[in-house]
Amino acid sequence: MRYADLLSLSYRTVISHKLRSSLTALGLIIGIAAVVILTSIGRGIHTFVLAEFTQFGTNLISVHPGKTTTFGVSGASISTVRPLVIADVVSLSKVENIIAASPMVQGNARIEAGEKQRRTNVLGVGAAVPEIWKIKVVNGRFLPKEESNPRAFAVLGNKLATELFGTASPLGRRIRIGSDRFRVVGVMEKKGQMIGFDMDDTIYIPAAKALELFDRESLMEIHLLYKSNTAVERVEKAIKRSLIARHGREDFTLVTQNQMLKKLDSILNILTLAVAALGSISLLVGSVGILTIMTIAVSERISEIGLLRAVGAERRTIFQLFLCEALALSAAGGLCGVLLGITIVQILDAALPALPVELAWTYIVAAFMVSLLIGIAAGVAPAMKAARLEPLEALRAE
Amino acid sequence: MIRLEHIHRYFQVGEQTVHALNDINVTIEKGEYVSVMGPSGSGKSTLLNVIALLDQPSSGRYLLNDQPVTQLDDDELAKIRRENIGFVFQFFHLIPRLSAAENIEMPMILAGVAVKERKQRVQEALASVSLQDRADHRPDQLSGGQLQRVAIARAMIMRPEILLADEPTGNLDSKSGKEIIELLEGLNRQGVTLMIITHDQNLGDRARRKIRIVDGQIG
Ligand SMILES: Nc1ncnc2c1ncn2[C@@H]1O[C@H](COP(=O)(O)OP(=O)(O)O)[C@@H](O)[C@H]1O
Ligand SMILES: [Mg+2]
Repeated sequence: MRYADLLSLSYRTVISHKLRSSLTALGLIIGIAAVVILTSIGRGIHTFVLAEFTQFGTNLISVHPGKTTTFGVSGASISTVRPLVIADVVSLSKVENIIAASPMVQGNARIEAGEKQRRTNVLGVGAAVPEIWKIKVVNGRFLPKEESNPRAFAVLGNKLATELFGTASPLGRRIRIGSDRFRVVGVMEKKGQMIGFDMDDTIYIPAAKALELFDRESLMEIHLLYKSNTAVERVEKAIKRSLIARHGREDFTLVTQNQMLKKLDSILNILTLAVAALGSISLLVGSVGILTIMTIAVSERISEIGLLRAVGAERRTIFQLFLCEALALSAAGGLCGVLLGITIVQILDAALPALPVELAWTYIVAAFMVSLLIGIAAGVAPAMKAARLEPLEALRAE
Repeated sequence: MIRLEHIHRYFQVGEQTVHALNDINVTIEKGEYVSVMGPSGSGKSTLLNVIALLDQPSSGRYLLNDQPVTQLDDDELAKIRRENIGFVFQFFHLIPRLSAAENIEMPMILAGVAVKERKQRVQEALASVSLQDRADHRPDQLSGGQLQRVAIARAMIMRPEILLADEPTGNLDSKSGKEIIELLEGLNRQGVTLMIITHDQNLGDRARRKIRIVDGQIG
């Protein structure tokens, strides 16, 4: 028997029971559509979160105090860890391939401007932060490059500026952070939420001032920007060499943006996978539907099977015919499910712009393949039953 | 040529063994016209099913064109049924979803005949049973006589040398029954070996050779 005939016969049989076939396929359609929709949301969130992180750029390295070692408890205890200081930043900024370096101290403090006051996020940083984090000054300028004894200047996040000064220009105005006085020299552009905290409701002051303000000895982190065309391993090596020379030992940890992204990426991939697995449960329901209907189809058509065997069909041919029918059902269900899923995803995208969705094509293709597999799996047992029938007994069945 | 030697067929029904064929010896030459008659339950259908290779004898030898066919495997039997034997049933056995033309085409589809040749042969077959204008009708749109004509066209579409009919007129009124018999006899005149089971003495008497079976034995 030719494959074209096999396909057209199966197709004929499936469409000859339109209602029954569509109800059977419906289970699969819903399952596949669920997988398409859920994975699209998962992938959308994935892309959204990664985009949030890469706003900073990908050629970033941060230095953290203390060494997280994989060799259990080492001799080095907290007390022997040398703090990260502003002099470290200065020396790191001179390391080969490093474009810019900035200290980082973070805290919360009360800001007073005239009558108004507000608690907000305070970042103690260096002059290079706009370059490193890819953020722009919209009004005035950023903190000047003054490593030691910086002046008490402050730059306001966009929202903080409006909260404190309304529409009036904050440039040159005096404010109080905690008990210290600062002069506003600039306002940052609107940036929105970035990984959880509001960049617009933030104030930037020189790191040395922040250390005084929060009464700290050491920096929390050092942020470094390196040339994008250099290998991160080379840059890491150079940074380590330079810092070890200053500290005498490796009492710090480097975190590259790549490492972070990789970790995040794998977490988000697991999320999408979990969601896909959830959707696949409904596929199981669809497969039971196909199994049921194929079992019924075989028992309804026993006498037809007998006839086909009598006019010369081999067992193999009977098997192929019924398997192909199950496959036709599941392929039709899978295809409709994919189309339905894509349509719903597009409607979601248009109706809820806040919800990040993105068609996850690997999962869509996989879902379709799975629907074919389901057709095969659900079709095999009934098709085998059909093929095993003895022609004469089958002919006798009414 | 069909040659049966010492054919027995037993059926086990619960505790009881039914001896449906009891030492059948018969030779049917190519082109013969044979009627098989006998009381109900005497083993006529069983004999025809054995000859049609739909059923295997419990013992004995069956030579088809001098070739023993009792030891063949399932696929080989299917191939012989497809190429050498046409079978017409009392209850027509047409596939209800398919049109008359498609029912006739089915054995060629199973045999993998090319589409173009299939269409042409179906047209010829429809003409030979005078159903050209019913090609696209489904079985539920045809009368009993027309159904049996479709079934005969299907049985002959692979041009088998043997045509077996188990009470082909059993479900038809006498007029359509006569038409069917005449159609079958026409095929026999063209050289096909024809074997018909019938209850109707008049129809049975038309055959040149008459086999009578009683209690599984040729009498
Ligand atoms: N599949 C079967 N199982 C059990 N007994 C059978 C079977 N087929 C036929 N028989 C028995 O064999 C005998 C002959 O049957 P059959 O050849 O159909 O008779 P006929 O066609 O002459 O009426 C009957 O007694 C019948 O009951
Ligand atoms: Mg009978």
